[in-house]
Amino acid sequence: MSVTIKNKSTVIYAFIKGEIDHHSAPEIRENIDDAILLYENAKLVVLDFGGVTFMDSSGVGLVMGRYRLASQQGKKIRVDNLSDRDFRIMKMSGIPKLAEINKRNEE
Amino acid sequence: MRKINELKLIFDSKSINESFSRMAVSAFAAQLDMSVEELGDIKTVVSEAVTNCIVHAYRDTIGKIYITCTVFEEGVVRISVRDKGCGIDDIKKAREPLYTSLGGERSGLGFSVMESFSDSLRVRSKVGVGTTVTIEKKLKGKTND
Ligand SMILES: Nc1ncnc2c1ncn2[C@@H]1O[C@H](COP(=O)(O)OP(=O)(O)OP(=O)(O)O)[C@@H](O)[C@H]1O
Ligand SMILES: [Mg+2]
Repeated sequence: MSVTIKNKSTVIYAFIKGEIDHHSAPEIRENIDDAILLYENAKLVVLDFGGVTFMDSSGVGLVMGRYRLASQQGKKIRVDNLSDRDFRIMKMSGIPKLAEINKRNEE
Repeated sequence: MRKINELKLIFDSKSINESFSRMAVSAFAAQLDMSVEELGDIKTVVSEAVTNCIVHAYRDTIGKIYITCTVFEEGVVRISVRDKGCGIDDIKKAREPLYTSLGGERSGLGFSVMESFSDSLRVRSKVGVGTTVTIEKKLKGKTND
C-alpha cells in the first residue's frame, strides 16, 4: 500500500496503490489529510484509485472522511479510476451525491 | 447439497489478519470453477465479515475469529464467520444500509456489500455471546466471464 501526492496549481492528486481495508486505511488517510492541510490554495482533491487492487467498505469510509475534511477547507473531492466493483460499492453509499466518481478505462 | 471440501480457520482479531483471511478463504474456494469477478466477490465478503468482528464484536479486546468455508459439488460456496464478542441487539437495524453504531470512518455499508456480493446472508447473534454471519454463493464459473 502506498500513496503518492502531487500538487498542480489548485489541484491535489493522491495516487493510491494496493489494498484498502480497515488495516491499511489509517496510513492512507494520514497521507491524504496532510496534503489537504498543507496545500492551502488547492480547490480540488483528486483521489486516484487507478492502482487500487482491492477495496471493501473501508474505502467508502476513506472517501467520506476526506470529503468532510476537504469541505471544511473549502475544497472539493473527485474520485477517479475506480474498478467496476469499487464503483459499484461507492454507488451503494451517499458518495455520488457529494463527489464526482469516475470508472477506470478497462480494456 | 453434496460437500466436497471444508476449511476451518481460527485466528486473533487483529487487523493485520484481514488481508490474510480473505486471501486464504478465496484461495481455498478457488478449487471450484469461478471467474475472477467471483473470486473478488468472495474476498470482499470475507473482508467485511472479519472487519466487523475486529471493530465491533471485539471492539476493545482481542478475541478469536472462526471461519468455516465449505465447497459443494453443485458449485456453491458457504462461508461462515463467527465471533464470541459483544453480539448484536437489533439485527434488523444493523442490516439496514448506512446504519453504523460507530460512525467516524465507518460507513455502515458492510452488510449491504455482503448481501450484494452473495446470494444469501444469514445473521445469528446473541448479546454477550457472539455473532455468526453465514453467506452462500452459487458460482457461475469462468465460462460466464
Ligand atoms: N460481528 C459483529 N458483532 C457485533 N456487532 C456487529 C457485528 N457486525 C456488525 N455489527 C453491528 O452492525 C452494524 C452494521 O454493520 P456494517 O458492517 O453494515 O457497518 P459498519 O461496520 O458500521 O460500517 P462499514 O462496514 O461500512 O465500515 C455495525 O455498526 C455494528 O453495530
Ligand atoms: Mg462493517
